[in-house]
Amino acid sequence: MNWGSWAEFWAMGGYGFYVWGAYGVTAAAIAAEVWALARRARRSHEAAS
Amino acid sequence: MSTAIKWYWFASPQTFYPLARWIALACAVGAALLAAAGLYVGFFVAPTDAQQGDAYRIIFIHVAAAWMSMFLYVVMAFWASIGLAFNTRLSAMMASAIAPTGAMFTFVALWTGALWGRPTWGAYWVWDARLTSELILLFLYLGFMALQAAIDDRRRADRAGALLAIVGVVNVPIIYYSVQWWNTLHQGASVSLTRAPSMAAAMLAGMILMALAFWLYSIAAVLVRVRCIIRERE
Repeated sequence: MNWGSWAEFWAMGGYGFYVWGAYGVTAAAIAAEVWALARRARRSHEAAS
Repeated sequence: MSTAIKWYWFASPQTFYPLARWIALACAVGAALLAAAGLYVGFFVAPTDAQQGDAYRIIFIHVAAAWMSMFLYVVMAFWASIGLAFNTRLSAMMASAIAPTGAMFTFVALWTGALWGRPTWGAYWVWDARLTSELILLFLYLGFMALQAAIDDRRRADRAGALLAIVGVVNVPIIYYSVQWWNTLHQGASVSLTRAPSMAAAMLAGMILMALAFWLYSIAAVLVRVRCIIRERE
């Protein structure tokens, strides 16, 4: 185990800004694509029926 | 002979459509499980790096996203060229369905690279061969999407997009070999087929798990999008 506490985990050895900035934006980019896909799927279903 | 018939069978959008749904569903579930395992290994099993501290943990998404950005472009150019050569509808649809996911992973590779570059190199961005060619890849994806969106006639849009995709594929080996061909700040490959990986086993495992997760995610996203395109066009 690398981390003694949650605070240590979030601090990432002083690199928290970079690590969480990278992971956060990646998660947001994937979430945005999933959201856009779901919207497109719903609209094309409505248009097809 | 029977396999040849099956290929034509699945090349028809009508037969591919229901099949794609189940493949997409299975891949989405697999991607979520692999990502959970990859994040667990990446944050809790892999040790802190002796030189880079915990900043190196960006590697798990950075390398996986960069691999996907190049791989998806090659697959997109492959389908585009098949569509151009044989005039098969589904091939052109596949190329169009891949572009947004490829662009997303290219953006992620550039973004995570910038946030990794700042603590390790001292700069978010440098005009280095690897970074510049990856940025060109993003413009190729965006150019492909913009070109297809700008042409109203579907067949002409498919052809124009295919030409751009095929010409742009020369950029992929440039990205891959840029670290060897030019004197660059970006490090060389840590993983290759010809020699043992130059990294700890747990780090490598986390990277492979995230790469597989992104791979399955890409299949799921592309198949869902190709189903939308089939509904919109057919």
